[in-house]
Amino acid sequence: MKVAIASGKGGTGKTTVATCLAHLLPAHGQPTTYVDCDVEEPNGHIFLGPRIERSENVSIPIPVIDRELCTNCGNCCEICRFNALACLPKKVMVFPSLCHGCGGCALVCPEGAITEMPRAVGVVERGSAGDLGFLQGRLAVGEALATPVIRAVKRAVPERGIVILDAPPGTSCPVVETIRGVDWVVMVTEPTPFGLNDLKLAVGAVRKLGLTTSIVINRSDVGDSGVEDYCEEEGLDVILKIPHSRTVAEAYARGEMPVLAVPGYADMLEKLADAVLTRVREAEKR
Amino acid sequence: MRIAVTSRGPEMTSDVDPRFGRAKWFVIVDTETGESEAIDNESGVQAGSGAGVQAAARVAGLGVEYVLTGHCGPNAFRTLTGAGVEVITSVTGTVEDAVGKVKRGELSPTDAADVNGHWT
Repeated sequence: MKVAIASGKGGTGKTTVATCLAHLLPAHGQPTTYVDCDVEEPNGHIFLGPRIERSENVSIPIPVIDRELCTNCGNCCEICRFNALACLPKKVMVFPSLCHGCGGCALVCPEGAITEMPRAVGVVERGSAGDLGFLQGRLAVGEALATPVIRAVKRAVPERGIVILDAPPGTSCPVVETIRGVDWVVMVTEPTPFGLNDLKLAVGAVRKLGLTTSIVINRSDVGDSGVEDYCEEEGLDVILKIPHSRTVAEAYARGEMPVLAVPGYADMLEKLADAVLTRVREAEKR
Repeated sequence: MRIAVTSRGPEMTSDVDPRFGRAKWFVIVDTETGESEAIDNESGVQAGSGAGVQAAARVAGLGVEYVLTGHCGPNAFRTLTGAGVEVITSVTGTVEDAVGKVKRGELSPTDAADVNGHWT
């Protein structure tokens, strides 16, 4: 069972909810792995304090041109959508920082003049935090492509048990890569015009991917009723409302998980854990 | 001598476009015959990434010796230099003014990109 915790808007409490949920699940007898897919700024480790046991490089294949074999036909430049190759009158130049590693140029080269060389763009780190499995991707500094790192993290996810994927904010490629193929998307939002605006975009993306989603409203007693009205209109299931609490904010500011530091918080999050476990049982029946 | 000038419009009287990769037009001028030709750079304007690389390969393929523009980033500069094209930046005014200045030897090529890239 793969559950993605997403939001649209940043700062709504995705990582807080994802880490707390992941922390509670192993006690229910389910092997669980927390996966930080926010590879540009993974920070779930601050809450979970995992022991990292293994680190693997993530690389993308970039073209290397054999000038002896190249006839300057221009096919490679024609197929490259990212303009990572420049076909000049007398030679072909490669711009590795623009290359997405699709391999198209090597496929269309009629002379076999293109070989591929790996270029490291990030790392996947594995470890554990108590009973909880831990995985995170980290994009290398200066790199622009998050999706190859997210793909690599997802490939490292165990086949069995519950997997909680902490998604990046937004609705662009990194989010799509994270939520693609999951069983359920939980959107953490806040009841403000900003939360609503971005929630609509994220729900649109989730629906386009044919996924089901439910809503957690964080700091539910601030702001306005816009998010709830929208959820009702759209038939979206609000499975949990977490009221605003200064104690939660203080725990967060110390890097402590509210399920451990704030009385009553774990009881609230158990409702979300129950919803996940119900889905696991339903999937087992099927 | 063939010169490519980045331009906001297709005419010799159009203003020089300060951008290279995403310039609206390239006006190609042959200083010997006085003939000019306008190349629409819509594919550069719309490029997701590598607009400078694409534009540089395109003008190099047209056999120009000089590129006149406002600014030129590192990838475009490397591509143009790799093709043996000289780059003159900080050019303003109309296309015909710019060509006149080159003919009179008032402008000299740059030896480096004058702005940062967008992706690197």
